[in-house]
Order: sequence, then C-alpha cells, then structure tokens
Amino acid sequence: MMAIYQKELNSYFKGMMGYLFTAFVLIFAGIYTMAYNLSGMYARFEYVLDAISFIYLIGVPILTMRSFAEERRQKTDQLLYALPVSMSAVVMGKYLAMVTVLAVPVAIMGLYPLILSQFGAVSLPTAYGALLAFFMLGACLLSVGLFISSMTENQVASAVLTLVAVLLLFFMGSLAEFVSGEAAASLMALCALVLVFAVILYVFSKNPIVAFAVAIAGMGALIGSYAFDSAAFEGLFASIMAQLSVFDRFYGFIGGVFDLTAIVYYVSMIAVFLFLTVQAMEKRRWSE
Amino acid sequence: MIEVSHLTKRYGGHTAVSDLTFTIEPGQIYGFLGPNGAGKSTTMNIITGCLGATQGEVKVNGYDVQDHPMEAKACIGYLPEIPPLYTDMTAGEYLRFVLQAKGVKRKDWDAQLRMVMDKTRLHDVKDRLIANLSKGYRQRVGIAQALLGNPQVIILDEPTVGLDPAQIIEIRELIRSLGKDHTIVLSSHILSEVQAVCDHIMIIAHGRLIASDTAENLTGLMKGGARLVLLVKATDQQVRGALWGMEGVEHAEYAAGEDGTTCVTLTARNGEDLRETLFFRFAELGLPILEMRRDRATLEDVFLELTQADDAGDAAEKPDEKQGGQEVEGA
Repeated sequence: MMAIYQKELNSYFKGMMGYLFTAFVLIFAGIYTMAYNLSGMYARFEYVLDAISFIYLIGVPILTMRSFAEERRQKTDQLLYALPVSMSAVVMGKYLAMVTVLAVPVAIMGLYPLILSQFGAVSLPTAYGALLAFFMLGACLLSVGLFISSMTENQVASAVLTLVAVLLLFFMGSLAEFVSGEAAASLMALCALVLVFAVILYVFSKNPIVAFAVAIAGMGALIGSYAFDSAAFEGLFASIMAQLSVFDRFYGFIGGVFDLTAIVYYVSMIAVFLFLTVQAMEKRRWSE
Repeated sequence: MIEVSHLTKRYGGHTAVSDLTFTIEPGQIYGFLGPNGAGKSTTMNIITGCLGATQGEVKVNGYDVQDHPMEAKACIGYLPEIPPLYTDMTAGEYLRFVLQAKGVKRKDWDAQLRMVMDKTRLHDVKDRLIANLSKGYRQRVGIAQALLGNPQVIILDEPTVGLDPAQIIEIRELIRSLGKDHTIVLSSHILSEVQAVCDHIMIIAHGRLIASDTAENLTGLMKGGARLVLLVKATDQQVRGALWGMEGVEHAEYAAGEDGTTCVTLTARNGEDLRETLFFRFAELGLPILEMRRDRATLEDVFLELTQADDAGDAAEKPDEKQGGQEVEGA
C-alpha cells in the first residue's frame, strides 16, 4: 500500500495537479477570507468555509479524474493486477494520496483563524470544527470521485461524471424541497427513486430479473406502507434527501454545531465508496 | 511449477480459451505460438492473476492463483503485451516503485536494481523519463520490472512486437540468457522467433492447445517427413523414365526448370534415405544432377497444417512418446 501511496503522491506533486488543486482552494479561501473576515469584519471563519464549499465541484474531479481512468487507458492497471498487492491496498493507497493532497490546503487554511484571532475574538472551536467537517466533506466526495474513476476509461468522462455527481449532491437538499410536502407527492418521488436505483442496478448487473424484482419489491413496500400510514409520508422525501445530502450535513457545522453523527456519516460513506471501488476493480478481472 | 488444468475463459458468448491443460516444468523456455486472437494473451493473463477464469484452475508452485493470489503472484514476473509503464516517472523511479510494491526489503534494493539493470542494460537511461524512452528501451524497462524480486517464472507476452530487427535480436539474446536462471514462458505469433528461443513449443489456435513438444519433434510430426528436391539436366520424360519402378519413392512431383532442366520433389517411403541410389541411377543414365537437397518440413508447415486441420474441425491424432503429456484436441 505504501508503494502505491508514495507513487501517487509523487505524481500529484511532480505534475501540476497537486499544486493546481492547492492553489485553486487557497485562492477562493483567500478571496472569501478577505471579503468576510477582513472587509466584512465577521469574526467567524465558518462562513468562509460555507461560501467556498462549491470549490469541490471543480476540485474533486481535478484530483480523482486520473486515478484509475488513466491507469486503464495506459494499460498500467495490468501491473496493479499482476503485482502481489491486494486490490484493497491499491485503492487505499490511491485514496490516502488524494486525501493527503486535500489535507495540504486545509492545513494552510488552519492558520487563518489563528491569524484572525490576533485582531479580535474569533471562536476557534467552531472554526476548527467546521474545518474538520470541511475536510471530511472533501474526503467523502473524493471517495465518490475515485469510484467513478474506477468505472471509466478516460479522464474526461471521469471528470464530467464526477462533476455531475458532486453537483447532484450539492443541490440534492435544495432540489428535494421543490417536491411538494404532500404525502402522495413524497410517495411518487420515492417510487421514482426506487426506479432509478433499479435501472442503475440493471446497467451494472445486466440482470433484468433482479432489477425488476428490486423495483417491484421497493415500490410494493412503499405503496404498502403508504396505505398503512399515509400521514408518515408528509414531507418524508425532503427530509430523507436532507439526511442523505453530504453538503447539508456540513452546513450544520457552520451553525456552530459539532455533529458527531455527521462525522460518522462521512466515514461510512467513505467506507461504502471505497468498498465499491474495490469491487469495480475486481469485477473488471472477470468481465474484461 | 505451473499447472494449468481445464482452463476455460468466455467473454459473453465468445470462448477465448477452451479447456486448456498443460504443465510448465522448471528451467525451460516455453513458447506459446498461435495466430492473433488464439487466446495466448488471455491464457497468460489468467496465469498471472490479471483475469479470472470461467472454469478450471491455475496453480503456481502449488498455490492456486484465485485462492492464494499473493503467494502465486510472488513467484511470477509478468510483462504484458503493452508494457505497463508510468510515463511520468524515470526508469529508476519506476523500478524502485515496483521493488517496493513487490515487497522486496529495502536493503536489497540497490543490489536488485544493479543486477536487473546490468541484465537489461538500462544504466544509461535510468534517470530519463519513461515518456522519452524509445520503444526498445521501454520494452527493456518492462522486462526489468518483471525480473525484480527474482521470481522463478517470467512470463513475457509478445516481448519483441514492434521492435526493429537489431532490438529483436538483442531482446532474444536477453531472453536466452535469462533462461539460464529462470523458467520463461513467452508468446509470439512469429514462428522463427519461437524456434530460435524456445526449448518447448505449445501451439494454440482458437483457444485450444493443438500441439506441445520440442521444436525438433514438432517438425518430425510433419506427415511424410523429409522430402528430396532434385534439379536434373534432362527432360520431364527422361526423369520420369529414370524414376520408373524405383523402390522407396512414394510420391514425385515434376516441374519444368530453366534451360531444359527438370525439378523433381520426391517423398521417400518411411523416411528412407534415397540420395545414393538416386545419384547412381541418374549417373548410369547419363543425366547430370545439378542440385540435390533435403527439404525438411519447417515449423511453419507444421503450424499451418495443425492450425488448418483445426480449422477444418478434423480430429488429428498425433501421439507423442517423449513428452507423454501432449494434448491433441479434436473439434
């Protein structure tokens, strides 16, 4: 794992990707710190983090697009398969290298609250709590990007798909609010979600029976529970989406709440996506 | 060393490898020979654990590649068809990365690097980016990568493809010298190459092993064995007359040559040596033999015959005494 980790880290910082990402994050962090804390004289660094969370839309694809897509294009993935290294070690090595690159601008941003506190009272616990959540949010999105990269064969496709995925996650909470709070609307939205899931399942497993069964079972369960207790469905869709949204979890920290469940949520998301990445890579050995 | 039994690989409806069984013994150079798309690369990818088999199993030193991949992969150095090189690294960095990934102890790195770079003659380019290396050098970096960690078996998939003639000779010499310390399996669709380098040849077509033997035995397999080609200064009729009723001639083909000569191709019955008899017979009749040579069946003939027989779906039976483990497959 160390071999992969070091190689990946070297390649981020020998090429320009590592610097590009760091510079990109720091430019926006600088601009918003300037605007909010220095000109606007807000004593809270969290607001800056809140404002710059959109940089992950670009930043995450920059870091993840190469990882597995480029290996596949250059046929170097054969080396990874042939080396006496397990696929989980390869995925872990690559992921930790990305997280290390993410940690560079985050560590530099860690100095800002200290600098600001020289000029006034800055709430350091909430600032660092939010910074940790900012880092975890990034780490979580990186695992999604890594997974997408493991399924694509070229960098551009990988980058675009990752951008779309992060974009959906970014707007998920706000989009869900457009669905009417009525119970029937929630039911329909959830049924649509089950259908989308079944289609994705079909695309990956090529097994129409399983996908069909999941769709029927999922919708049956939804309609059944709706018939049993339709009141429970009021506003259900929006609240489920808000619970699932990785960005919404982060906004809690901006309000000054250190939400441990959010950290647990991020760690679980990372575990799930790393697991899926390993599976996607293992699957290739069987279907190439 | 490597045991492959009943290996089958299907891609959707297409069967790339079908019920392949063979054993690789230590200390020899093996050549996989077959037309493009015969299943050579697929077989190699399965042996090295890069691909999963649909059916059958591969054991390397007793370790099953699927169940104990770490132990099995540690015994193998693999160079895929396209050398898996990270072009943004220098050759030296790349080889260090592979050493680390193969779990070689750090104190052995320098010794291993020196040994491998001596063998593949990479010392001059070790600080250059792989992106800037020529194809021949890249191939050598690929071979060097396979040698690291000193694996017992080295598997090379089409190691000379795309190289110029001088580089091909160089790589072949390298492979021959590696054969002294390692068991080597290489694949090729070029017959002369396999003949020049390998001790043992396995011919694969349509995913099946159709012959497995030494190069000499394979050419011996050719129906009819040795043929004689004679160039005689005489007319067609005269030559026919001379050969009329001669013992031991199974088959003769005549062709008119230049300046009133005739070219005869003879097949002897039971591989008998007819050269002396022919010389005296023609001398007696006053017909000068300008040229007489033995035309041995080349590996090329064997290859074409075997693969075409396979195409036609014939069940060719060619018993093999020496190896005892030859696989002959009918359709």
